[in-house]
Amino acid sequence: MHELSIALSMIEQIEEESTKHPGNVRSVQVKIGVLSGVDTEALRFAWEIAREGTDLAGAELQIESIPLLVRCPACGDTHTPEAWSILCPRCITPEQDILAGRELELVSLEIDS
Amino acid sequence: MTRLVEVRSRILKENDLLARGLRERFQKAGVCVISFVSSPGSGKTTFLEKLMSRLAARHHLAALVGDLATENDAARLSRACAQVRQITTGTICHLDAKMIDKALEGWRLEDLDFLFIENVGNLVCPSSYDLGEQMRVVLLSATEGEDKPLKYPTIFNTADVALITKIDLAEAAEFDREAAHRSILSVRPGMKVIEVSAKTGQGMDESETLFESLLAPA
Repeated sequence: MHELSIALSMIEQIEEESTKHPGNVRSVQVKIGVLSGVDTEALRFAWEIAREGTDLAGAELQIESIPLLVRCPACGDTHTPEAWSILCPRCITPEQDILAGRELELVSLEIDS
Repeated sequence: MTRLVEVRSRILKENDLLARGLRERFQKAGVCVISFVSSPGSGKTTFLEKLMSRLAARHHLAALVGDLATENDAARLSRACAQVRQITTGTICHLDAKMIDKALEGWRLEDLDFLFIENVGNLVCPSSYDLGEQMRVVLLSATEGEDKPLKYPTIFNTADVALITKIDLAEAAEFDREAAHRSILSVRPGMKVIEVSAKTGQGMDESETLFESLLAPA
């Protein structure tokens, strides 16, 4: 479980941001792709532990889970594959470009001032 | 008043930046860096031991070995090459760029041809951390399930090459080789897959040739 390391990196970045924008962080928005290697439930759990003793005690963590989106190099079709078969359902070509699903991104903060 | 502040940055930004710095340093020094990931017991250390003893005659090698505890793996690898450092991570389940940076202290990278990094045995956590390596190799042993790539798609998807290790045990373990290739290719279409056995030597020539092909022409 590396979600604790991820939560700690998030808190570090949020604290850095909030020095530029003074106020109380009300909520934190993150995007987590299904292919990012991070489990959202484990991240929620780690967040609770990591924010103890920080100024983020009241901040709500809002996670947007990003599904996998791939593009077929042959027919250009984009789709979300079922299970883990990255074959184009239209023309059965493998080797698709991953357009979305790898995100591990701190998107925004809601700050009360 | 409530304001929405846009941040839009990678959560592992710090690691990514460090890894980028490492990659530039490796490139400048002309050292080829290859990392190895797998679940515990898939044979990373044994494979590396054999590979390094074959390469040692012609190349300058070094290795970094990550483990939660003990220095046993480093001791094993140091039989094949002089420069080995163990990174004991304590409770941390993966290596990150900072650990690599720190472990390289005092080493002259320009003197090396290859630097091998053996990650902590874990198929989940290492996938999120760029170490600045040129190639990531994932190992799957014939004594594990053929569907492991489907269970751990992220690590297989972020790797460049897959090795199926302990292939000499395939028959005894009733390992379905075709199914294993199929599941690797379904999460990472077009991936290079090599079946290897450190015991019989199968696939070792091919692996050696593959890694040597990454070296910059002298």
